[in-house]
Amino acid sequence: MIDAKKILEIISAIAKKIEAEKNFLTQLDNEIGDGDHGINLARGFKSVEEKLPSLADKDIGAIFKGVSMQLVSTVGGASGPLYGTAFMKAGNVCKGKMELTAEEFVAAIEAAVNGVKMRGKAVEGEKTMLDALCPAYKAIKAGIDCGKNLIDALNDGVDAAAAGVEYTKTIIATKGRASYLGERSIGHQDPGATSSLFMLQTALEVLRRE
Amino acid sequence: MKKLINSVETVEEQMILGLVKSAPKKLRKLECGNVVVRAEKKENKVALVSGGGSGHEPSHGGFIGKGMLDCAVAGAVFTSPTPDKIFEGIQAVATEAGVLCIVKNYTGDVMNFEMAIDNAVDNELKIDYVVVNDDVAVKDSLYTTGRRGVAGTVLVHKIAGAKAEEGASLAEVKAVAEKVIANVRTMGMAISPCTVPAAGKPGFELPEDEMEIGIGIHGEPGTHRAKIASADEVAKTLLDKILADIDYKNQEVVVLVNGMGATPLMELYIINNFVQDYLAAAGVKVYDTMVGNYMTSIEMAGFSLTLLRLDDELKKLYDAPADTPALKR
Repeated sequence: MIDAKKILEIISAIAKKIEAEKNFLTQLDNEIGDGDHGINLARGFKSVEEKLPSLADKDIGAIFKGVSMQLVSTVGGASGPLYGTAFMKAGNVCKGKMELTAEEFVAAIEAAVNGVKMRGKAVEGEKTMLDALCPAYKAIKAGIDCGKNLIDALNDGVDAAAAGVEYTKTIIATKGRASYLGERSIGHQDPGATSSLFMLQTALEVLRRE
Repeated sequence: MKKLINSVETVEEQMILGLVKSAPKKLRKLECGNVVVRAEKKENKVALVSGGGSGHEPSHGGFIGKGMLDCAVAGAVFTSPTPDKIFEGIQAVATEAGVLCIVKNYTGDVMNFEMAIDNAVDNELKIDYVVVNDDVAVKDSLYTTGRRGVAGTVLVHKIAGAKAEEGASLAEVKAVAEKVIANVRTMGMAISPCTVPAAGKPGFELPEDEMEIGIGIHGEPGTHRAKIASADEVAKTLLDKILADIDYKNQEVVVLVNGMGATPLMELYIINNFVQDYLAAAGVKVYDTMVGNYMTSIEMAGFSLTLLRLDDELKKLYDAPADTPALKR
């Protein structure tokens, strides 16, 4: 079970993590993109953090929706619409809920990942955030389906996302600005997959705090 | 980082305010953000909305005015503006005749504009959009993001803007914008990088004796690096790639020799000197030439070459009057 208070804690922790990793994400983006991923995400999550007090007594759907609106209106670039859509879709399936069961948490992640696919017109294997998110979703779902608790399942998801980030080093980008590099994009890890991994890692850390 | 700015946080807004103050009778900034519109809204014509990241000045705000754009939405440096700001711009200039958005082909720009356009449709506005993808340096493919929108976008603004000013319908303005996109090709290069203010250091490094061929307008790497060559040799490399992409032989063209921000006009003219002779020898007829900074990349040194293949309609619209801060005709 995850309640709304825990969700707020996770989001606040993600905002701090993104701020802390801002320069690293930007450096990754410098190598194969236009060098602003960390800067843009940090700007967005800073505004999310400022918004959080106003979401304090809201249901989880409303919290995710509030996060989405802040990201969409402050991040810009591709990551704003992508993460914004992810939180929006997760919010839709959590509407009115003050807590999520493990199954509902999986459904929220599924909706988020499908939202990113839809908005980005992308699939796995194109060197994008989906290379972290898709394997993570599959691992979390497999874990819950075979009876693991949420923390163990999320731990599997984080491992799968980390492997996905490693995998992005080996493939050519076909979506986003890194696609202009063609073969020269090989050898570099994708900044979007990396920020997705950071978010999942942070969620796990917060859930483990109890 | 050495820049004439006040703080990295205020770069975009102060730039936009300064632009508007340079032409206060013609331009107006919306309260909601870095959105610039014509000082006087023109009714009874299709409104043209463009935009993108900042750092490409005079694109796009400098092309607002009679015969060109009605609105330009500026994002953070090299970052697409957000859907809410684009929507504010659309709403401010929308007319009964409709709105055409001109979007450069980048993943972020396309997504943010699409979200804004969805919102406009929900609000029962008549709206459509075109995506400019003139950069021949990038391989075109259905399965990738595809070619980038670069300096050719300015010619889309000019010609679609002239068509809209004539009172053409949304479908007609869109059709002529698509015609420009189908006939315009660009390729660029750089000899030194640029620094995004918020990043504080250059987006890439180039050794003293090297250049990047096929570069984008955000410092994204191009097709390859090479030892620096003469102006003529570099211009030939870019032109050959453009001429191989569509057939320009015996056609009339507009040539745009575009500076990336830190290239002196002296060098752009040296390049143009070669370009004109080379095109003449290749049997391409130059109808008109533009030399200057139209689609820049902050302080990157380098240039791009653009060729637009003309027909009678495009020629007439290219010659039509325009009165904007950065382009008058």
